[in-house]
Amino acid sequence: MGGARLLPWSRRGQPGSQSAAGRAVVMATPSVRAAHALVDGDLTPLPQPQGSRASREGLGSRAPRDPRRGPIPWAPGMNRKKLQKLTDTLTKNCKHFNKFEVNCLIRLFYNLVGGVERQGLIIGLDRNAFRNILHVTFGMTDDMIMDRVFRAFDKDNDGCVNVSEWVHGLSLFLRGSLEEKMKYCFEVFDLNGDGFISKEEMFHMLKNSLLKQPTEEDPDEGIKDLVEITLKKMDHDHDGKLSFADYELAVRKETLLLEAFGPCLPDPKVLM
Amino acid sequence: MGLALAKLAQWTAAGHGAGTLEITPLNEAILKEIITFVESFIYKYPQEAKFVFVEPLEWNTSLAPSEFESGYVVSETTVKSEEVDKNGQPLLFLSVPQIKIRSFGQLSRLLFIAKTAKLKEAQACVEANRDPIVKILGSDYNTMKEDSIALNILDKITRDDDPEREIKKKIAMLLKQLDRHLLNHSLKHISLEISLNPMTVKKDIELLKRFSGKGDQTVLESIEYTSDYEFSNGCRAPPWRQIHGEMCYVLVKPHDGETLCVTCSAGGVFLNGGKTDDEEDINYERKGSIYKDLVTFLREKSPQFLENMSKQGISFNEEQQKEKDPLSEAPKKDEAAAFHKDISGSDKRSLEKNQINFGRNQMTKRLEPSLNWKTTVNYKQSKGSVKEIQEDKHTGKLEKTRLSVSLGRAQLRRKSAEKIEEIISDSSSESEEDEEPPDHRQEANADLPSEYWQIQKLVKYLKGGNQTATVIALCSMRDFNLAQETCQLAIRDVGGLEVLINLLETDEVKCKIGSLKILKEISHNPQIRRNIVDLGGLPIMVNILDSPHKSLKCLAAETIANVAKFTRARRVVRQYGGITKLVALLDCAHDSTEPAQLSLYEARDVEVARCGALALWSCSKSHANKEAMRKAGGFPLLAQLLKTPHENMLIPVVGTLQECASEENYRAAIKAGRIIESLVKNLSSQNEQLQEHCAMAIYQCAEDEETRDLVRLHGGLKPLASLLNKTDNKERLAAVTGAIWKCSISKENVTKFREYKAIETLVGLLTDQPEEVLVNVVGALGECCQELENRVIIRKCGGIQPLVNLLVGINQALLVNVTKVVGACAVEPESMMIIDRLDGVRLLWSLLKNPHPDVKASAAWALCPCIENAKDAGEMVRSFVGGLELIVNLLKSDNKEVLASVCAAITNIAKDRENLAVITDHGVVPLLSKLANTNNNKLRHHLAEAISRCCMWGRNRVAFGEHKAVAPLVRYLKSSDTNVHRATAQALYQLSEDADNCITMHENGAVKLLLDMVGSPDQDLQEAAAGCISNIRRLALATEKARYT
Repeated sequence: MGGARLLPWSRRGQPGSQSAAGRAVVMATPSVRAAHALVDGDLTPLPQPQGSRASREGLGSRAPRDPRRGPIPWAPGMNRKKLQKLTDTLTKNCKHFNKFEVNCLIRLFYNLVGGVERQGLIIGLDRNAFRNILHVTFGMTDDMIMDRVFRAFDKDNDGCVNVSEWVHGLSLFLRGSLEEKMKYCFEVFDLNGDGFISKEEMFHMLKNSLLKQPTEEDPDEGIKDLVEITLKKMDHDHDGKLSFADYELAVRKETLLLEAFGPCLPDPKVLM
Repeated sequence: MGLALAKLAQWTAAGHGAGTLEITPLNEAILKEIITFVESFIYKYPQEAKFVFVEPLEWNTSLAPSEFESGYVVSETTVKSEEVDKNGQPLLFLSVPQIKIRSFGQLSRLLFIAKTAKLKEAQACVEANRDPIVKILGSDYNTMKEDSIALNILDKITRDDDPEREIKKKIAMLLKQLDRHLLNHSLKHISLEISLNPMTVKKDIELLKRFSGKGDQTVLESIEYTSDYEFSNGCRAPPWRQIHGEMCYVLVKPHDGETLCVTCSAGGVFLNGGKTDDEEDINYERKGSIYKDLVTFLREKSPQFLENMSKQGISFNEEQQKEKDPLSEAPKKDEAAAFHKDISGSDKRSLEKNQINFGRNQMTKRLEPSLNWKTTVNYKQSKGSVKEIQEDKHTGKLEKTRLSVSLGRAQLRRKSAEKIEEIISDSSSESEEDEEPPDHRQEANADLPSEYWQIQKLVKYLKGGNQTATVIALCSMRDFNLAQETCQLAIRDVGGLEVLINLLETDEVKCKIGSLKILKEISHNPQIRRNIVDLGGLPIMVNILDSPHKSLKCLAAETIANVAKFTRARRVVRQYGGITKLVALLDCAHDSTEPAQLSLYEARDVEVARCGALALWSCSKSHANKEAMRKAGGFPLLAQLLKTPHENMLIPVVGTLQECASEENYRAAIKAGRIIESLVKNLSSQNEQLQEHCAMAIYQCAEDEETRDLVRLHGGLKPLASLLNKTDNKERLAAVTGAIWKCSISKENVTKFREYKAIETLVGLLTDQPEEVLVNVVGALGECCQELENRVIIRKCGGIQPLVNLLVGINQALLVNVTKVVGACAVEPESMMIIDRLDGVRLLWSLLKNPHPDVKASAAWALCPCIENAKDAGEMVRSFVGGLELIVNLLKSDNKEVLASVCAAITNIAKDRENLAVITDHGVVPLLSKLANTNNNKLRHHLAEAISRCCMWGRNRVAFGEHKAVAPLVRYLKSSDTNVHRATAQALYQLSEDADNCITMHENGAVKLLLDMVGSPDQDLQEAAAGCISNIRRLALATEKARYT
């Protein structure tokens, strides 16, 4: 099929003009490499025998890792004890990662942030930095969705993702069960947080999803129609909006609908 | 007013009988053009307007003399113009109602006078003066040929010495201009009135041209247009014929007939009167019935065309499909309308037509499995809008003519269809489903189902949406009933297939998954399969097989499994390395590393392997693919998968093995690889499909003796025998009986089967079963019958009657098997009595007329024991009228098996002296003698026996010698086969009763060879050899005695 592609978006890597990519790529290079290491590295395979590997390898970065991935550097300004303690706490609350993995994630986090908390000073990834990670590491392109993902990560709503939110979020991103992911995605899509995805919200999320046809009189016509199609497909109780129950039913029937209104989970192709 | 006028006038006159012009918009337009021309003539060409016509134009006018004013001498009933010619004759003379005019000037003036009646006058003038040019310019121009008319006129005029020649020339030119103008003008009208579609015809002809030429393989010897000139609208017929809807004329020379001159018209294709003597013109009259298109026409006219078409078949259809799709609107409309008529038909005539059309449609249905689409459309159409009624009228004419061809044609069609079927059934399993069904594209204006529009909208979003919108559209599309042909074709017709396939080339995993899920469903439709291959979908799917995403691999493999149901697709899969990749999917050895919880879009390795096996199953129907699979190391993996307990995995695996078992390599591997054990085990599975494929695989492999023993050793015979009792699933029954047939080639297996009472069950299956089952059942009985004990069982279970009944069938394989069983049973006198009573011998005898040599041979073999064991065999044989002649003539066959069997039968027949006399009269001696030069030991054996039998009559011994049968027989003694030796020695003994034969034998060194035979342990051989030697010796003694005394 040597011919021209029919589809406007057939290759990734040309995010829309409003995407975060353009703005943040340069400043992110070192941390990006680390994040890549995270994604295609130790975290994707199956849960290792709990603990054993971590203890064997200690906290140093002598783990037998793939040479093409750089080691995750030591967290700047962090002492061994503190890290150990933080790792233990977070591992307790995390069901998908083992100790070693949590440890890596924590170090990665502080590398990305560029320092550890001093007394009373809260430190974390702000919106822009986080969006940059989402874009570069997880292949997300949609600005609005990335904002929503940030808010879903930022549980305490303080404008930045702290280390605990980071580990939690990534646990869902990389290892989350379907149930967890459904819950998370619904939260992302429910823009006003009222427990329903309304037509307006759908419209808002889908409004950039169609190529504008110059011939069409009303450019929003197609989007409205798309919203109707989606409702027809997913709104089982016919109340004109999606409840979580509607959404869950639809996703269980067709997993592809999990990210129905925009990619808010890591792109499967970057996970490979 | 030249050519165009003449032709148009002619046309309407033909329609009405009287010489009047019909009031049609076209005629009116032409008349108006003429009027404008004449009216302006006087101003534009004042000089020429004065030119006096050679003869006046005369007609009956409706104008009253009173209407003429200045410039005319008006009386009560006459009008004369003041303008006169050289001789003082008025140029216009009206004597009510007749008017004569002799110049354009007067004509112009008259039209001014006529005012509102212009049209009427012009019409009357044209009607009355059919050859205006002749009248105007003189009869010199009468004989002009259409094409060269202007040239001739100019020629004549320039040679003319007439002082008026300048003017005449000018007028001639003007008239010519008018003529051309009229022709072109009428063209516009014609194209308004009649919707010709010359493009379709053109494509057809060009396509046929490509497949024409010398040689046996082409469909036609030649095909060409009668005219090289193509009008602007694409037609080649002259405009006055275009008005009839005719587009062009074609000369077609088929391989097996005269050149046909064919008219292609909007209404269809028909034979016209051919070229007339003067070469240029065509007799346009329709001589034959109207056909839908050129190809249909030729199919009817030329059997050779039909045959070669089916040979060229695939490629031609393919091209035609491609070429025709966008262009075939016109004929399709006809068909649709015809359909519509069928449905709404109320009068008897259309009912009758209904039947014919029904037959037709069934014929086409065989080749195009999907008329559903169309019928649904027509159903909707029958709601009946005004537009359709019009359409109906439009095709009404055509329908009438179609009716006239009626039954004769239908029969022809049936015959030709049978022929095609034969070709198809002859080829191997490869060609299964290989005829390419022609496409149905939806008509643009038809009343479409609502799904169509919804799908169209979704495809729009697929094209113009980003990933999110695409996924939504894909998911929504899956809500349609994709198993329904309407939806499948709708997706294709709105351009959805291209987008779906294009999506596969992106790297969006979700979109690829969604697209494959749809492709997987719609590729159940054979047409869609072909479209997918045409659009280059297969290589992309093959590439996806390398994807790291297992669910993608699965879906791609499943889709390939669906698409690769025809040869071309299977070839593409192989060429793009698909077989190797599919084989790689089978490898799910790393089971242990399977994650406990599957990630979002993933699948299990076992599932991947299952899908791979499914795809390989489809692909393994091609020989080359089996080979590729073996080279890719597919067999060990299949063998490994065979040990899994999952039924849904076992079915494709066993299915693949069963397909592959047709290859010697695989059979050997199956024997060596403990596969039979697994197959036998799965025979006892609960899944019917699995049982079927296992039995089928055993059937394929059990040609080999070792394999048969393996089946027995692994206890496979018992489950097979017990499956015989389950007759509900015919496919399984066919497979099981097949396996039993092949297994019972081994004697030990037969004993086992007898133990399991399988023979009784088999006899019970001789009635009410489909042919595939019967062939196997009878085949199995044929093997069992080799033992006396089993023959008795068959007789006791009442098996003879149904077996004899099967002798009247037509299935070749079945007949071969049945004759074998009947022959085997006939060995036993009691069974023979039953066969005789049921007239089985007569049935066997008539099978000698069967066209298949295998059947002939088998029947002849079966006749031998019948004749041997029947009471009063001689009388029985004589009672078959023409039977002896028939069997003697079979000696002219060139099939060795037939010859051997017939010789054996003749040996038996010749035991009766009277019959021997009859076959001698039918020339059995020369025929047998002619066969003598053969190397085939079987034939030699039976031939020698037949010769020795036939020597018993009259001077046949001498005759064999005369026909030079003796010398070759002597050479038989050098053969390595003792049967041949014995038969030959006996024959030579008989022949040696004649002195001349003895000499020939002696010359050919028979004595030495016979001397060796005397030492043989075979008593008959000893005796015959000795007898022969003694005859030769006696002759020698007699000669010596004669010499010395």
